[in-house]
Amino acid sequence: MSAVLQRVDANDDARASVLAAFGWALRRDVRIALRSRGELGVQLLFYVIVVSLFPLATSPSRDLLASIGPGVLWTTALLASLLSLPRLFASDFADGTLEQIALSPRPLAALVTGKTAAHWLTTGLPVALMAPLLGAQYALESEVLGSLTLSLLLGTPILSLLGAVGAALTLGARGGGSLLALLVLPLYAPVLIFGAGAVDAVRAGVAATPHLSLLAAGLLLAIVAAPFAVSAAVRIALD
Amino acid sequence: MEAPSELAARGLTARRGHATLFTDVAFTVGRGEALVVTGPNGSGKTTLLRMLAGLTAPAAGEIWWNRRSVRPFDAALRGDVAFNGHLPALKDELTAEENLACWMGLDDSRPDPQDVERALADVALERRRRLPVRVLSQGQRRRIGLARLHLIRRPLWILDEPLTALDAEGTDVLRRLLSRHLDGGGVCVAASHQPLPTAGERERALVLGPT
Repeated sequence: MSAVLQRVDANDDARASVLAAFGWALRRDVRIALRSRGELGVQLLFYVIVVSLFPLATSPSRDLLASIGPGVLWTTALLASLLSLPRLFASDFADGTLEQIALSPRPLAALVTGKTAAHWLTTGLPVALMAPLLGAQYALESEVLGSLTLSLLLGTPILSLLGAVGAALTLGARGGGSLLALLVLPLYAPVLIFGAGAVDAVRAGVAATPHLSLLAAGLLLAIVAAPFAVSAAVRIALD
Repeated sequence: MEAPSELAARGLTARRGHATLFTDVAFTVGRGEALVVTGPNGSGKTTLLRMLAGLTAPAAGEIWWNRRSVRPFDAALRGDVAFNGHLPALKDELTAEENLACWMGLDDSRPDPQDVERALADVALERRRRLPVRVLSQGQRRRIGLARLHLIRRPLWILDEPLTALDAEGTDVLRRLLSRHLDGGGVCVAASHQPLPTAGERERALVLGPT
């Protein structure tokens, strides 16, 4: 009986430790990101500007804009996520924070997940929330804008999680930035396909549920698998 | 029974690429003792310290902490080691106080702000505690690192060139913290070109050299 109780206690301790580690990394990274707001602003401006360039470069026909709009918004969200990825681990790697994090008694997988969550809160979430405003330039209907936002809300965390794996794997590599793009962009492709697919489905008048369900399934898979891949890659980078 | 607090290594070998840095390094440091690693540049001092901290895997040999063999990132070692390497692990955007509170928060969910204040006073930085680390000098950053060592209370200290960039007062701070650590039964391994400011009897020497 007491052995069982002890085991329950140990489980509770482990869970508390995981939550504490996740919360610690999340709060710390959000705080640091808010201190360097300029950098965040640059990424969001990049997103706004690139999305706004397409209507200028193509013919202003409503049909054309409405048909390319979802793809443009999704591709640009992908690029904006890619642009901010080097910040995720590289500065912590350069100033020694990452080795201290890896040496802490807290579970590393929970710590890197907290960092990834902070990355999504400061890049993916604003991108998803701005999509309806930017989508207006593409003459998209309101229900299309709704499905676009929903698909971005489900898809951008996957981008952050997959990107974290790539960012951790390219730590310390020469030309890490361009290598990161080559590594991560192919992995982003399925997210792009289902994300833009959900929006196209609504435009065509069918339900977006299958696409959104697949995105949600992908998100769950990424949440389960990515933290362990990231922590393994961080440990290799520190060796 | 008191915890044994003992770090030992047998037959440690380090390779970087094709170069062998050192072979067959062995030592034991016990409670209240400091091991000072010396050797020319490139003899593998930093690599040895990173192995002992559990960051790097040795090419051969074994490391024992409290009579248990430990592997890189071993949970048993992670909770016990405080590593001060070449890199300061400080965020330029945060103040000295916030940096320390942040590191304490990683160990303990509710850090006491008074502890942080006291630790900064200990390293004579209390007047700079509200400044972003960005504007602090190299030596002041090293002092924050010393305050962190003191705050996180680990039995095993691993210090890579702890005297770098420290002035006379800073060296004094290190002497005080180190002797308090060793008096309390702590263990320390340090790489240094200069003699460490500790009591001579508790110091052991390890010389790495070309083999």
